[in-house]
Amino acid sequence: MVKYQTSAIDRTFSALADPTRRHILLRLKDEPGLSVSELARPLSLKLPGMMKHLDVLSDAGLITRAKTGRTVSVNLSVGPMREAMEWLKRYERLWTVSLDRLVAFVEKDGE
Amino acid sequence: MAEALPSVTIVRRIKASPAKVWAAITRPDQMIQWWGPDAGPTLRADVDVRPGGRFSVVFRLLNGDEHNPTGIYREVIPERKLVFTWDLPGERESLVTFLLEPIDGGTELILLHEHLPDEAERESHEQGWRGLLDKLPRFLGV
Repeated sequence: MVKYQTSAIDRTFSALADPTRRHILLRLKDEPGLSVSELARPLSLKLPGMMKHLDVLSDAGLITRAKTGRTVSVNLSVGPMREAMEWLKRYERLWTVSLDRLVAFVEKDGE
Repeated sequence: MAEALPSVTIVRRIKASPAKVWAAITRPDQMIQWWGPDAGPTLRADVDVRPGGRFSVVFRLLNGDEHNPTGIYREVIPERKLVFTWDLPGERESLVTFLLEPIDGGTELILLHEHLPDEAERESHEQGWRGLLDKLPRFLGV
């Protein structure tokens, strides 16, 4: 029913569980291809801190980085998030139907 | 209830008392009459409903596949709250919470299925990525 490479989805969820990283993802959604320093600027993050966040996102497969000359541009990669969504959707279905049955069961002989 | 990263939240208003709903979610003879994600049968419900007790349900889907989620009860407050871990082969442990609230004419049931099982971990995440996930469908064009 629900089969995933455990570690991959774990990485996605834990990468998403940080406000700075979510902020980075949302910015990349609006402005794909930003450079590392452009991403760091409004967050008042030092470069090493930024790199750490980007490493986490990159390990989770949520971003890709490409080097052009001396600039590294960052892009969003949506595959892992699709999987995270899929996980949620499956459980949404599982519980929706199960709870329909629970409700029918406890309501069947009235109050 | 802390708004701690609900992965899946479903709220139902049920025309039955909390006592009745509680029985349906904790008594094996009743659990096997409804527990399962489609119209397939529930084959077994082995539960020891107390903190540290074991949870194990076997259900067969209409397509013939059988599944056996297992777990450990974490919190048991009769007619109010039931929390247990959720383990399926090939999946990381997650956490299921049933909350029952008496309302006029019955019970409000809130179900949470959370991906992050560890309390400390969850707390540190705070009011999390739900906002992001809410935006995802648009984001993914679905």
